Amino acid sequence: MTAVVATNQTIIVVGGGISGMTAALEAAETGKQVILLEKRPYLGGRVTQLYKYFPKMCHPTCGQEINQRRIKMNKNLTVITQAEVSNISGGKGDYTVSVTLTPRYVNSNCTACGDCAKAATTEFDDEFNYNLGKRKGVYLPNAMAFPQQYVIDARLIGTPEADAAKAACKYGAIDLDEKEETIELKAGAVVFATGWKPYDANKIQPYGYDRFANVINNVEFERLMDPHGPTGGKLLRPSDGKEAKNIAFIQCAGSRDRNYLKHCSRFCCMASLKQTQYVTEKYGTDGKSTIYYIDIRSIDRFEDFYRNVQADPSVSFIKSKVAKVEQDKDGNPVLHGVNTEGYHRYANTHDLVVLATGMEPSVDFKGLPIKIAVNEEGFIEHDEANGGIFAAGVAADAMDVNRAVQHATAAALRAVQVVNQVAGA
Amino acid sequence: MSTAVNQAMVEKYKGNFLKEVTENVEEGNWVKMCMQCGVCSGSCPLGPHWDHPPQEIFMMIRANKREEVLSSTSMWMCTSCYNCIARCPRGLPITHIMHGLAHYSKRIGLKPKNQPTEKFGQMFWDNLTKKGRVNELKLGLGLYFKDGFAEGVKVAMSKQKLGMNMMKAKRMSPMEMLGGHGVSDLAGFHAMLKKAEELEAARVGENTDKK
Repeated sequence: MTAVVATNQTIIVVGGGISGMTAALEAAETGKQVILLEKRPYLGGRVTQLYKYFPKMCHPTCGQEINQRRIKMNKNLTVITQAEVSNISGGKGDYTVSVTLTPRYVNSNCTACGDCAKAATTEFDDEFNYNLGKRKGVYLPNAMAFPQQYVIDARLIGTPEADAAKAACKYGAIDLDEKEETIELKAGAVVFATGWKPYDANKIQPYGYDRFANVINNVEFERLMDPHGPTGGKLLRPSDGKEAKNIAFIQCAGSRDRNYLKHCSRFCCMASLKQTQYVTEKYGTDGKSTIYYIDIRSIDRFEDFYRNVQADPSVSFIKSKVAKVEQDKDGNPVLHGVNTEGYHRYANTHDLVVLATGMEPSVDFKGLPIKIAVNEEGFIEHDEANGGIFAAGVAADAMDVNRAVQHATAAALRAVQVVNQVAGA
Repeated sequence: MSTAVNQAMVEKYKGNFLKEVTENVEEGNWVKMCMQCGVCSGSCPLGPHWDHPPQEIFMMIRANKREEVLSSTSMWMCTSCYNCIARCPRGLPITHIMHGLAHYSKRIGLKPKNQPTEKFGQMFWDNLTKKGRVNELKLGLGLYFKDGFAEGVKVAMSKQKLGMNMMKAKRMSPMEMLGGHGVSDLAGFHAMLKKAEELEAARVGENTDKK
């Protein structure tokens, strides 16, 4: 593991989501040496947790497979999972990056046969499903996980269960003595593709995400649709496990609001429009989706998608920022507000409420050991003073997958220019 | 005076009510920031009882519905619960705008007739400015008798117990009937109010003179 060669002509990409994979691949495919670091035990980031993409409504596994294949074929690219940057120093063309590696306890002998998981019993909250379900302590993070290797939860180490898992492995792939280690890597340029996290909906007090089981957020809704997800692909609401057929989507939940996130998160309108089509996919005309919105921002070519959703008889639109959510005695969320088209006051009961929560950067860039330009919202600003450090995708601004991929390609080009200068000097 | 001011304002702002509000109403410059999301209207506990909830008022201001806005009971219904301010995504001080509109409509004489909030407001102001301290006995009685003598006796009788308890707890004194307590430098207090009135009149005059 520790035998990673890195020079000041190496490009380090931090974060192995869709942006990081793209940036790393684009740079590596030009012949540059690239190291891709990922905190989770697998690549793909939040995109792997989606059921479908907009606007084409295809499954992310497809694009994921293409990228995995590109990674496997490229000898210039080194992928290190369960790796977190703990320090970074130096300047453009000469960075030193300290990386902390947490043990997986499973090496590359693993064939993903699953015998080790059969020997394990203890269950933990499943992060991949935003803790909506459980997984074992010995697990494959998701069906498409890359690398396709099992992981042993550090909380199992030292228990008989871990020993049982080791005993069950026919390939000698389990090493329970792995220790956390820190390695130092040189780099000419560093690309931050650290992505986003959903805005913490508990902070939006009037919507009751913290109090009402049947108020969930948009990323959790994606997991309900996934056949591998916690509900086996059924739209079951959390309070009583009943099928949710009448679903409300609340837009700008935490975005465009001085009390929460000032910026427009740009993807949530399209995400909710897409999710109404999940409801239609499941129930046809028996399903009912209602979007509560200030204005729909389906920018440029997504307008067609919006028109198609408007034409769907099971989807309705209410122009209103919902004032508050309450719960009736059957656990149904009741939405209160005023429809600004005609100023009609409403109290609408739904089976399930999906908050279209926005994006915030997953990393506090202001706390980095090296100074870079960070804007008011916490995203990295493009700035000459950043030297050889660049942002790719949502580390730079809130955006959807297709813009993130374009942005990551641009970041790769910038990083390539830096290492070209180093090579020329 | 009030109708004259009203005429002057109509003349000056000819069909641009938003500008009139921006320049004359306290916090009125915020009105243009409203993005019509409707969260204030939905959050207002008195919402169902108003002619027009705040966000509708803001749209009406932009739509030049001058008479309708200024003579509506809406802004007089605000109880200053601050729900709207807490939730407004653009940070509009909606409560203060409502009070600003109410004050402005009174100043130019378009306030609705027999509005109890307005009546009480005036009563409170007159009571307070007399001595610099509120005379609770007189204010309370004034409020009881605002709808006539018979009604006043009825209300006063029903509140008898409350009054007695307040006296027992030394929250109110019957001696207040004879003048009542006040600030130590009463002349200074009145001079201050007079100066403030002059400044305000100059500001309003300046605004109405400019054409």
